[in-house]
Amino acid sequence: MTDKDRPILETRSLGKRFSIGTRFSAEGKRTVHAVDNVSLTVWRGETVGLVGESGCGKSTLARCLVRLHDISDGELLFEGEDITSKSLSELRPLRRRLQMVFQDPSASLNPRRRVGDLVAEPLRIHSKLSSNEIKKRVAELFDLVGLLPDHVMRYPHEFSGGQRQRVGIARAIALNPDLVVLDEPVSALDVSVQAQIVNLLADLQEKLNLTYIFIAHDLSVVRQVSTRIAVMYLGSIVEEGPAEEVFATPAHPYSQALISAVPVVETTPSGTRKRIILTGDVPSPLKPPSGCRFHPRCPIAAERCRSERPQLREYRPGRKVACHFPTV
Amino acid sequence: MILSVRDLRVSFRTNDGLVRAIDGVSFDLEESEILGVVGESGSGKTVSLLAVMGLITDPNADIEGSIRYKGRELVGLPARELRRLRGNEIAMIFQDPMTALTPVYTVGWQIAEQIRAHRNISKSKAMDRVEELLAEVNFPNPHEAMSRYPHQLSGGMRQRAVIAMALSCNPALLVADEPTTALDVTVQAGILDLVRKLRATHKSAVVFITHDMGVVSELADRVMVMYAGRVVERGSRAELFSDPRHPYTRALLGSIPPLTGEKPRRLPAIPGSPPSLLRLPQGCAFGPRCPVHYEPCATGKPDLGGGTHAAACFRVAQA
Ligand SMILES: Nc1ncnc2c1ncn2[C@@H]1O[C@H](COP(=O)(O)OP(=O)(O)OP(=O)(O)O)[C@@H](O)[C@H]1O
Ligand SMILES: Nc1ncnc2c1ncn2[C@@H]1O[C@H](COP(=O)(O)OP(=O)(O)O)[C@@H](O)[C@H]1O
Ligand code: SF4
Ligand code: SF4
Ligand SMILES: [Mg+2]
Ligand SMILES: [Mg+2]
Repeated sequence: MTDKDRPILETRSLGKRFSIGTRFSAEGKRTVHAVDNVSLTVWRGETVGLVGESGCGKSTLARCLVRLHDISDGELLFEGEDITSKSLSELRPLRRRLQMVFQDPSASLNPRRRVGDLVAEPLRIHSKLSSNEIKKRVAELFDLVGLLPDHVMRYPHEFSGGQRQRVGIARAIALNPDLVVLDEPVSALDVSVQAQIVNLLADLQEKLNLTYIFIAHDLSVVRQVSTRIAVMYLGSIVEEGPAEEVFATPAHPYSQALISAVPVVETTPSGTRKRIILTGDVPSPLKPPSGCRFHPRCPIAAERCRSERPQLREYRPGRKVACHFPTV
Repeated sequence: MILSVRDLRVSFRTNDGLVRAIDGVSFDLEESEILGVVGESGSGKTVSLLAVMGLITDPNADIEGSIRYKGRELVGLPARELRRLRGNEIAMIFQDPMTALTPVYTVGWQIAEQIRAHRNISKSKAMDRVEELLAEVNFPNPHEAMSRYPHQLSGGMRQRAVIAMALSCNPALLVADEPTTALDVTVQAGILDLVRKLRATHKSAVVFITHDMGVVSELADRVMVMYAGRVVERGSRAELFSDPRHPYTRALLGSIPPLTGEKPRRLPAIPGSPPSLLRLPQGCAFGPRCPVHYEPCATGKPDLGGGTHAAACFRVAQA
């Protein structure tokens, strides 16, 4: 078996619940099912894009995948090994191999420390390199992410947003991880800078054989970066498949509405794209609808959808959908 | 003509030096026209609009130029007069709907108060009108929504409530500053529809600020592209998107990943980042990032010039 045929990460019916409020609060103690029954396989070297409306559980799922959250239900396997309930100390050797990059680079960078120091930090904590070796490695990392050697002495606020995100990326790849979870890494950047970071991520993936989980609000960015995408709705995956295929022929009514709502620059006068406008808002995950969770907003919902919850099933090799009446 | 802005300049005196936020912006807006203003953060979109609305209160700000609303000069108008205009004829929506709502009152009460501040009608009449307005902005259950507090609504519902509030005064001019930036695309699509409806049914003129080229291309009749406090290109939607002329506009459009068709292996990216307004480059502000800059760009500042479709670039002027 080659590396490519082996999943790096796998979830089996993974769930994450948060309890909010207490027994004594007005509405009592309640449970948010932020991630619900997710079975996802991630192959080495690919990029899985997670898309869906705000609050659908993308960040929560991503954090579960690198065990920044405890997992409430189901299983999480890393290279075939069950790491669902490994303790923090048992996870320590794995930490290095699973990294995360967040949306707001300044929030994760200590403003009072020089960026060279910030990039060296994971090396000091997790590696056995000497201080000279660390210096060399930091210089190498700066070069990899497109920062200049003399930038090491600067403070985070002396950088533009794009450069700060390069620092965040340098930190994440410092320990040679296998998997990097990128939660909205370009959302806070200027449009003209986004493309630079998207290209950088692609270059690094190729050079370092990285596997990515990628989250972004901008669907065209997700399509560009991802080999596969998973569309989430209220905590569950409703569609999964190769990125270009799902964008070209979405099978789930929700994916269809989501993709059709993306405003695109039309060079031909007056758009020919058909737009599906969803009525109603995303329901609260505290009170998910019965049956298919999308039924109150689905333009083709039928009686069956109100009672029977559709399961995610593979209808064609590589393409999965959770809908009683998919467009296939 | 609803609005006519000429050579608007706004600068801020700061500890680090003079920030020339707006450096000579001119534009016109006709009745029921939608003008899209695009640019990256810091390009001066918000400041130019705040200046037009007379909402720059910073004592260190200097504002020059002319702003005519229906022929009347607004620069130098007393604050009280401006306030009256803003409530009656000019409406605003912002990225964060909470700038227009207070958390402590119900949405219905707030919109009703807004109506009663400008029109002499009874409370119950105002409430009836609120219900109509909420229905107009597609609240599924407007009567029930009236009694909700802002925190009980989703971001998209709050923004729709603010639009209902804006509609309540039948505005001749609506100014919208990134009203959909914080929203999901699904919700954004509904809001863009509302803006189109507002223009169609109320004949309102709209200035719509965004950083999203896609949004502009779907909504605007005319477009203005801003960079470092100046307008670098302007034109009708068709002109701008089928024949972009300014190197910045072209590069920006080129760097957007496609939603259909073949994926490029690499995106054509623009090098560098937008300049600091405290240290603007000599000559053309886009010069250091421009793929086609040449000698004249290093010293002179290119003018936008006249005509419906115009670009502030020496190369374009030469062609
Ligand atoms: N620590 C927490 N406690 C309680 N509820 C939480 C917590 N974290 C997330 N949630 C809830 O879980 C759901 C999923 O949230 P999550 O942040 O994963 O969404 P998301 O898809 O990343 O959204 P966005 O696009 O806005 O980032 C939401 O309903 C959220 O309110
Ligand atoms: N009160 C102020 N004092 C100093 N600089 C300001 C002030 N308000 C805005 N600016 C500066 O003016 C420029 C334009 O800002 P803005 O209009 O908000 O940009 P945009 O809306 O296009 O993102 C920015 O560089 C900003 O930092
Ligand atoms: S199962 Fe029914 S309600 Fe759900 S997406 Fe499919 S058609 Fe719509
Ligand atoms: S004036 Fe020169 S630097 Fe500026 S955009 Fe035109 S070619 Fe480029
Ligand atoms: Mg998130
Ligand atoms: Mg702004």
